Amino acid sequence: MTILAFTCIMLLGAFVAGLIGSLSGLGGGIIIIPLLTIGLGVDIHYAVGAALVSVIATSSGSAAAYVREGITNMRLGIFLEIATTTGAVCGALISTIAPGSFIAVLFGLTLIFSSINSLRKKEEQVLTQSSPLARKLRLDGSYPDAGGRQIRYGTRNVLGGFGMMGIAGMMSGLLGIGSGAFKVIAMDNIMRIPFKVSTTTSNFMMGVTAIASTVIYLQKGYVQPGICMPTMIGVLFGSISGSRILIRSNPKKLRLFFAVIILVLALNMIYHGIAGKI
Amino acid sequence: MMQRNRFSDKTLQTIVGNLLRYGVWLALSVGAVGGIIYLLRHGHEPAQYSSFIENDRHIGQLIKEIITGIKVGSGRAIIFSGIILLFLTPAARLVLSFFSFMIEKDYLYVTITLIVMMIIGISISLGYGH
Repeated sequence: MTILAFTCIMLLGAFVAGLIGSLSGLGGGIIIIPLLTIGLGVDIHYAVGAALVSVIATSSGSAAAYVREGITNMRLGIFLEIATTTGAVCGALISTIAPGSFIAVLFGLTLIFSSINSLRKKEEQVLTQSSPLARKLRLDGSYPDAGGRQIRYGTRNVLGGFGMMGIAGMMSGLLGIGSGAFKVIAMDNIMRIPFKVSTTTSNFMMGVTAIASTVIYLQKGYVQPGICMPTMIGVLFGSISGSRILIRSNPKKLRLFFAVIILVLALNMIYHGIAGKI
Repeated sequence: MMQRNRFSDKTLQTIVGNLLRYGVWLALSVGAVGGIIYLLRHGHEPAQYSSFIENDRHIGQLIKEIITGIKVGSGRAIIFSGIILLFLTPAARLVLSFFSFMIEKDYLYVTITLIVMMIIGISISLGYGH
């Protein structure tokens, strides 16, 4: 395959990854990795480097739109980044000693659990009252609905969400992904933040969490310009298209879409873990 | 007081939104220019990414190589600088929100942002040791 053909395929693949990534709150990286390794026979190290680039591109590209629309809760994001960055440092340290297959299977099982969990909850309930700690940290906020009306929401279980965010950050450090799935679980299921807010805030946070691994990846040569260039461009346009869809869409359909994506990823991770490919 | 805070938050939203947007578009444009040069020169060559060649270059050395590459118009070096611009965008967002919270006199969040920056600093310094 020539470099030109490779670039064209990657542009298209990365566009789809960016679209899915921005709609689901996942970084898109987890779709880029199988596409590059299984689909195009690229070495896993280069795939991980490209995934990191796509994670940051998706995060910044779609976060720009969400922040301007006032959907993202920036205080919540920055507060929870304490947990994700700490987790990422720990994850990077653990990754040097833990067996990869064990991590992949554990990750997959957790994703299946969360996928079923998110399907079971049918009603989107907005909390009106915040817990005392959430009030102290001013984590409540409001976001515009489809008609432009401001919907106020509160939050609870700040410490539980914070702990789950630490795990999300650890997964980022371990696997070189954005681990948006875990971030959304922490905000959605534990802290009861409305789905649109948790998805967009998760996207907003990913870039900062990913910086931790960036320097290591750059120095080790994981970042291959020939692969990262089409990835970055494709993912960006994909995520921008995705964010336009999200602003006008309905949370119930998104929830189902999100659950299916998590399930597919979970099975993929478990298979690769058992096959010893990770 | 309430009214003022809401105004400041709105301003911060606009500034951060614009920073992320322009940062990303800048990174994208630089990357695309580098990409076109790279494809014109190497597009017909076979893509060989199946085996990984591990490097162990210090970040400072890497940046020096990129600057030398840009001077001679290397497509790869220009793509690389686009990628680095992309990486710098979320970092700049963090620094910007730090100053915004300062202006808002929201010292709780000034501290929180500082803690995040410190953790990233530690992780980067740990990264050097690898």
